[in-house]
Amino acid sequence: MSTLDITVDTITDRPRGGAFAALVRHSGALARRSLIKTMRTPEALLDVTLQPVIFLLLFTYLFGGAIAGGDRHAYLQFLLPGMLAQSLAMGGIALGQNLNADIEKGVFDRFRSLPVARSAPLVGAVAADIVRYLTVCVVMLAFGTLMGFRVETGPVPAVAAVALSIGFGLCFCWISVWVGMLVRTPGAVQGLMFLLVFPLSFGSNVFVEVGTLPGWLQAFVHVNPITPLVGTIRGLTTGGPVAHDLVLTLAWMAGLLVVFVPLALRAYARRA
Amino acid sequence: MSDLVVRAEGLRKRFGQTRALDGVDLAMRRGTVLGVLGPNGAGKTTAVRVLATLLRPDEGRAEVAGIDVLREPQRVRRRIGLTGQYASVDEDLTGTQNLVLIGQLLDLPTRDAKRRAAELLDWFDLTEAAGRMAKTYSGGMRRRLDLAASLVGRPEVIFLDEPTTGLDPAKREDMWGVVRTQVTQGASVLLTTQYLEEADALADEIVVIHQGRVIAHDSPDGLKRRVGGLTLRVRPADPARVPDALRVLDAVAAPGTNASADPAAGARPGAVSVPVTGDTALDEAVPALRRAGVEVTELALHLPGLDEVFHALTDGTVDVRAKAEELV
Repeated sequence: MSTLDITVDTITDRPRGGAFAALVRHSGALARRSLIKTMRTPEALLDVTLQPVIFLLLFTYLFGGAIAGGDRHAYLQFLLPGMLAQSLAMGGIALGQNLNADIEKGVFDRFRSLPVARSAPLVGAVAADIVRYLTVCVVMLAFGTLMGFRVETGPVPAVAAVALSIGFGLCFCWISVWVGMLVRTPGAVQGLMFLLVFPLSFGSNVFVEVGTLPGWLQAFVHVNPITPLVGTIRGLTTGGPVAHDLVLTLAWMAGLLVVFVPLALRAYARRA
Repeated sequence: MSDLVVRAEGLRKRFGQTRALDGVDLAMRRGTVLGVLGPNGAGKTTAVRVLATLLRPDEGRAEVAGIDVLREPQRVRRRIGLTGQYASVDEDLTGTQNLVLIGQLLDLPTRDAKRRAAELLDWFDLTEAAGRMAKTYSGGMRRRLDLAASLVGRPEVIFLDEPTTGLDPAKREDMWGVVRTQVTQGASVLLTTQYLEEADALADEIVVIHQGRVIAHDSPDGLKRRVGGLTLRVRPADPARVPDALRVLDAVAAPGTNASADPAAGARPGAVSVPVTGDTALDEAVPALRRAGVEVTELALHLPGLDEVFHALTDGTVDVRAKAEELV
C-alpha cells in the first residue's frame, strides 16, 4: 500500500447550491445507482416486458372472443389501454421489494451516515423507476401494434398518454415504497401489494364495460383510481372524451403523493 | 475547547424489553483510538449507531467533533466515516462506482470523486478489481472496499464496528495497519471489537461494555493489570513430556501461580499453560525448555479471552462465558 495523500479540506456545512439543489443532485446520483443495477440484471425487467405481453395475449385470444362477441380487434382496441394501466400498477411492486432488500443488506446505513437529505435514497430510487414505466409503455404499444392495435388519435395524444402513464406510475409506486419500509421481507412486500393491485386492476374498466357489472361492483369501479386512468389513456389513444377522466386522474396522482410520500418517508426514518 | 472528539453521557436505548444501552458514558480524545470491547449483544453496535446519527437514543446526549448528534446530525455526518459490522457495499456496483457514488453524495465534483476513488482503490490494493462488481469480491476485499467507502470524505472521526470479524489473521493485521495510518494522519478512531488482543494492539484507551453498561474504562496496560495479564502456552511434541514442561514453566510463572495442564475447555489436550507477568517470560522459557530437551509444537503468549476479562472485571458475578456462547 502506498501512502494516501490527505489534504485537509475546508468542511462546508451548507450543501452546494442550497437544500433543494442538493436533493436533486443526490437523488440523481442515487437514481443512477438504481439504473446501473437494473442494467446489470435485465431479468428484473420481466415484470414490465414479458409479463404484460403474456397478459395481453391471454386476454385477447383466450377471453377476448367470449367477452367481445368474436370481434378480437375491437376487444384489443378496448383492452390495451386498460392493460397498460394494470401493468403500471404492477410494475411499481418491484420497487418496494428492492428497497426492502437494500435496507436489509445495510446499504442504506451508509447513505444515512452521509450528509444527504433523508428522502434522497427514496426519491432517487423512484426516479430510476421512470425507465421501467417507459419500458412498459413501449413494449405494450409495440407488441400491441404487432397484434393489430392501432392508435386512432395521433402522435401527440399518444405521447401524452405515455407521459401520463409514466407520471401515474411514479405516483402509484409510493404505496409500494411505503409498504417496503413497513414490512420485514421482500416477499411480504410482493404479497401485500398483490392484495392491493389485483382488486384495483380487475375491479375496474380494464377488461369489461362497466355497464355489465352488478351495481355494488360499479360503485367500487367508480372510486377506483385505475378507472379514470384507463379512461384517459383510452381517450388519448383510441378517441373519445378525455377531460373529466384526466382531471380525476391528476387529482388521484396528487392525492397519492400527498398521502404516501410522507408515510413512506416517516416509515423510512423510523426503520433503524 | 475540550480535546474530546467523542463525548456521550447517559445514553439509553430500549428495543422492546431489551435495554441495549443502559446509561453509557463515552469519551474519546482527539487523535486517539478508543477500543470498545464487549461480547455480542453488549450494546456496542447500538452505541456506534447513536454516535453515527443512525439511531436516536431514548435518553442521554452525545457530541461528535464538538457537534451535538441529536441537534445537528447533518453537520456531524460531514465529519464522520462509518464501517458497519457487515460490509455494506453495493454488490451490483463496481468498486469504482461504489466509491464515486459516496463522493458524489458528499458533494465532491464528479472529477474529484473519481480521483479520490482511484486513490483509495490503489491504497487498498483494489485497483485491479476496480472495474469488477463487488459481488465478485472476496470477504477481505469487501471489507477493504467498505473501509475505503468510509474514508472518501476524509473524516475527522471514523467509526469501525467490528472491522475484523470474520477476517483471517493476515487480513486482520492489514486492517490494523490501515487504522494506525489513519490516526497518524490526524483522524480519531472508535472501534468495537470482541477481542482484547485487537483492542490492545490498536487502542489508546479501552472501554468495556456489558449488557448496555460501561464496566471499565482504562488504558490497555491498566486493563491487563486488572484482568491478570498474559498466559504462556506450550505444547510438547511428545505428550509424555508434559510433566517436564510443567516443571520448566513453573520456574517462569508469575508470583504465586503454577503451571498447569491446559484447562481451556474444548482445547486439544497435551498443552501446558502458565500465567506470566510480562513477555520476558518467553525469553526465559525458550532456553529452559531447550536445556530440558523438551521439543515443542506450540509456544505462544496469549492475552486473556473476553470471558476471562469479564470474569475478572465483575469478580465472577457475571457468567459471560455461558452468555457469550449462547449468543454465538
